[in-house]
Amino acid sequence: MRNSTKMILLAALAVVFCGLYLFQGLNGSYDYALPRRGIKVLAMVITGVAIAYSTVVFQTITHNRILTPSIMGLDSLYLLLQTVIIFFLGSGHIAVINAKVNFVLSLAIMVVFALLLYKFLFRSGKRPIYFLLLVGIILGTLLGSITTFLGVLIDPNEFMRVQDKMFASFNNVNGDLVWFALIIVVLTMAYGWRMVRDLDVLSLGRDNAINLGVPYDKIVKRMLVISSILIATSTALVGPITFFGLIVANLSYQFFKTYKHTVLITGAGLMSLVALIGGQWIVERVFTFSTTLSVIINFAGGVYFIYLLLRESRSA
Amino acid sequence: MIQVKEISKLFGKKAVVDKVSVDIQHGKITSFIGPNGAGKSTLLSMVSRLLDADTGEVLLDSSDVKKLKSNDFAKRVSILKQSNYMNVRLTIRELVSFGRFPYSRGRLNEEDIKMIDQAIDYMNLEEIQHDYLDELSGGQRQRAFIAMVIAQDTEYILLDEPLNNLDMKHSVQIMKILKKLVDELGKTVVIVLHDINFASVYSDRIVALKDGRVVKDGPTHDIINSESLKEIYDMDIPIQEMNSCRICVYFNS
Repeated sequence: MRNSTKMILLAALAVVFCGLYLFQGLNGSYDYALPRRGIKVLAMVITGVAIAYSTVVFQTITHNRILTPSIMGLDSLYLLLQTVIIFFLGSGHIAVINAKVNFVLSLAIMVVFALLLYKFLFRSGKRPIYFLLLVGIILGTLLGSITTFLGVLIDPNEFMRVQDKMFASFNNVNGDLVWFALIIVVLTMAYGWRMVRDLDVLSLGRDNAINLGVPYDKIVKRMLVISSILIATSTALVGPITFFGLIVANLSYQFFKTYKHTVLITGAGLMSLVALIGGQWIVERVFTFSTTLSVIINFAGGVYFIYLLLRESRSA
Repeated sequence: MIQVKEISKLFGKKAVVDKVSVDIQHGKITSFIGPNGAGKSTLLSMVSRLLDADTGEVLLDSSDVKKLKSNDFAKRVSILKQSNYMNVRLTIRELVSFGRFPYSRGRLNEEDIKMIDQAIDYMNLEEIQHDYLDELSGGQRQRAFIAMVIAQDTEYILLDEPLNNLDMKHSVQIMKILKKLVDELGKTVVIVLHDINFASVYSDRIVALKDGRVVKDGPTHDIINSESLKEIYDMDIPIQEMNSCRICVYFNS
């Protein structure tokens, strides 16, 4: 099967799930249910595509196919932030109740954190990118530990609110925020798309990339920033779900067997849509909300991750 | 001409390359030789901007390499390193097509395709051009990478130990091709070599490094003599002349 055929099939599948999700069991409720479902679909599209894009990019610049951008600690920062707000300001505070305030605050802090981290780490000349990852892991663990510590001290009722934030959920996405997030994601991806062919060359390794005239360090820095903005936006919108990117990125490599990032990213994006919208449809209509999508995703993702690890260790 | 001026590289406090100045002449094969840890590869990496020099500068036709745009530099100077690990699966043809990236940014036009065909032809890879790199032998792989560099069509071709892990037949094959590139296409080749005899037989000029400094720099016949080799390698190496090739018999010295 040619790659264009595969792409069309995937796109068709995504459209089918989209249609099913939007229209199945609507019972003529065009004014009430349809716009609500539309907002959810839009949120899933934004999140899915942003995560697919940032994961593929991140894996290319780190030359590693079992990493996700969550290694940079943005998820942990988000959780810590939510905990700190509720811990110090209480669950009745505007930063908790008002989704818009919460979104802007989370997004701003995550992006500023990422930029400061990169600025600090790239300031002192040439450090290998693995150093950056290591710092990311350590910071992530530190932030995670603080979150747990605060979680222990916090009032149990308040902790329920924190727990809500720990799992990604598309069920209570704010309509206005979706449009705002859409603009951020589209602009960021459009900026990154101009360098999409440079990514093909980056997968040949640093030396070959420089040989072929790609300003390696510059591209890597830009791509890290792009990837962080996308992750921050999707996390602020629905919660931490980056693990999901690992699945779709690797499925896309396996499915398309190419080095071309135009294909890989588009494919991973479409797979995200199929998995998220299809998954959400199953959660809502089959399991009738008895579980959440992120539980299913984490379960399927975990199984797939173990499979990847086993396969990598065999080929090494 | 590439002029290297007083270039140094420090790793920690140790100068791996210590104020080296070398001129690389146009249309010739220049070999960098010297013992392990002499700084040959580091020097080559700095010339090809894979590494930044701590002091000194590299001039390409008297303009500072650092001020050139990466893409323009890539149309004039290419570098091939010894290890080429990648985590994508490519066919030979796909790899060679990457050689055209500085010109076409990934959108190949007719001229690019012509250059790719030529490069594949030049390295005798037509028959296996659709095979995947990870299914090839070391010699075929190395030829594929050299084909990429040929497709890149640069005046200067820098190679870091291209004969590593190759048997005699493939080593000779590759050296002959490099010689052809210089003689037929007017390229300038700079090559880091471990085997002194390949350097002796194929190069026009030799630059010998030791402890990060240039100890000898000149035409091959001025360098390949027992006296100079003693200075470079601390070994007494007798030289035998056969069919006007000077062979260094270092095996039992």
